[in-house]
Amino acid sequence: MDWGALHTILGGVNKHSTSIGKIWLTVLFIFRIMILVVAAERVWGDEQDDFICNTLQPGCKNVCYDHFFPISHIRLWALQLIFVSTPALLVAMHVAYRRHEKKRQFRKGDQKCEYKDIEEIRRQRFRIEGSLWWTYTSSIFFRLVFEAVFMYAFYFMYDGFRMPRLMKCNAWPCPNTVDCFVSRPTEKTVFTIFMIAVSSICILLNVAELCYLLTKFFLRRSKKAGNPKHHPNHENKEETKQNEMNELISDSCQNTVIGFSG
Amino acid sequence: MNWAGLYTVLSGVNRHSTSIGRIWLSVIFIFRIMVLVVAAESVWGDEKSAFTCNTQQPGCNSVCYDHFFPISHIRLWALQLILVTTPALLVAMHVAYQQHQEKKLLVLTGHADPKHMEEVKKQKIRISGSLWWTYVCSVVFRLLFEAVFMYIFYMLYPGYQMVRLVKCEAYPCPNTVDCFISRPTEKTIFTVFMLVTSSICIVLNMAELVYLVVRACARRGQHNSNPPSGKGSFYGHKLSSEYKQNEINQLLTEQDGSLKDMLRRNPGLQEKGDRCSAC
Repeated sequence: MDWGALHTILGGVNKHSTSIGKIWLTVLFIFRIMILVVAAERVWGDEQDDFICNTLQPGCKNVCYDHFFPISHIRLWALQLIFVSTPALLVAMHVAYRRHEKKRQFRKGDQKCEYKDIEEIRRQRFRIEGSLWWTYTSSIFFRLVFEAVFMYAFYFMYDGFRMPRLMKCNAWPCPNTVDCFVSRPTEKTVFTIFMIAVSSICILLNVAELCYLLTKFFLRRSKKAGNPKHHPNHENKEETKQNEMNELISDSCQNTVIGFSG
Repeated sequence: MNWAGLYTVLSGVNRHSTSIGRIWLSVIFIFRIMVLVVAAESVWGDEKSAFTCNTQQPGCNSVCYDHFFPISHIRLWALQLILVTTPALLVAMHVAYQQHQEKKLLVLTGHADPKHMEEVKKQKIRISGSLWWTYVCSVVFRLLFEAVFMYIFYMLYPGYQMVRLVKCEAYPCPNTVDCFISRPTEKTIFTVFMLVTSSICIVLNMAELVYLVVRACARRGQHNSNPPSGKGSFYGHKLSSEYKQNEINQLLTEQDGSLKDMLRRNPGLQEKGDRCSAC
């Protein structure tokens, strides 16, 4: 179970996203996850081994490293990426639930069902409206919250985004104050700034997507308010279909009872 | 066989789970297994090489490490995840057995064409009857394994916190020796994270148990007040497992007579008849 598996899981969600959502997913996978795996992990690979303190005192290096790096950048980014990509699964679950309902309707032999076969239901792309709109908007909101929380945690833990070359440590058992040198500080600074920049771009994309969804929602609502008598096969499609389904279920119950008694 | 293999095996079970079961499976794979593989394993990667003791005595380092870490967190979590996910295979086996029975029924009733066989394979089985008991047992076992491992964890590493310094006096260390653990804060963060997700999984399992029991009681109440199954379509009724079991039993008892008749009327079927165990 690794980033590839996450890619497979989230690839499915892509079909039901808005265009901004698809761009966001691409940016996430190419500019964040891929960079993390192929580049950043190598840069931080020897972070503890090459963290050198100017002392022979055993244990001083361990303690100083732990003091200055409570959690490594790499792990923080990995957790951030996992948390940020997971709200999309809410949407996937909602879509799967809708698809399941449609399949059930199809299997009951609904005459007015517009699908030719199960395959079409599986391939169908759902529009983001009704309850799915709320799920989608919540998922974007959670993404934003997680991104912001992790950026703040980063800033709070590492006092800015720059990696210094030298750290002065006086935690026990280090005798007095000891100079400790970080490995590859410039390269780490470059990657940190890169990841922060891409994270900001993702935040902007999420905000844009949220605005787009809200705008679409209000436009649709004002169209509905301005046009009360509308053809049933446009905006009221969902409600009409639900009514039809309810009718059919009550009809089929009657038929079954008749079938048993007859 | 690795975590990806386990994922493939368990994805199949997903289809026959309740919604809470699916959420539980997602939490297991994304927040536990994935975090273990991409993050936690690298934190514990250098746990022995960077475990430093304030002594030059050969062997002291190894002995002290072994004394304080009888089994590494990572290995404990891996065992926990494997044991916790495996009861779901009981359900998978039961479903496979039921599907096998259905296919046998189709063959006996003469509907053994590929289309019907495929339908049996794709059909989602309701959690009722003996499958309900299997499912509930699997959830109980999951809960049990989670609780046992959380307890073992607490016994081995009291407090769930990783300390920076441990004092060791096992032979061959001279007197008491200070030993320093690598990345204790990061390890504490991940231990707490895994503990929290483990608790969430326990809560989900309990919720699923309650949901199954409530559903069974509701169904029983409905059954008592509404004996003829007039709900749903005729096709849906045909698919209920008790009805199917009755049909299977009926056919199996009639089998002797009807098969012998069939063989007498159609000698070409003799070959198929030879394979039949009931003849």
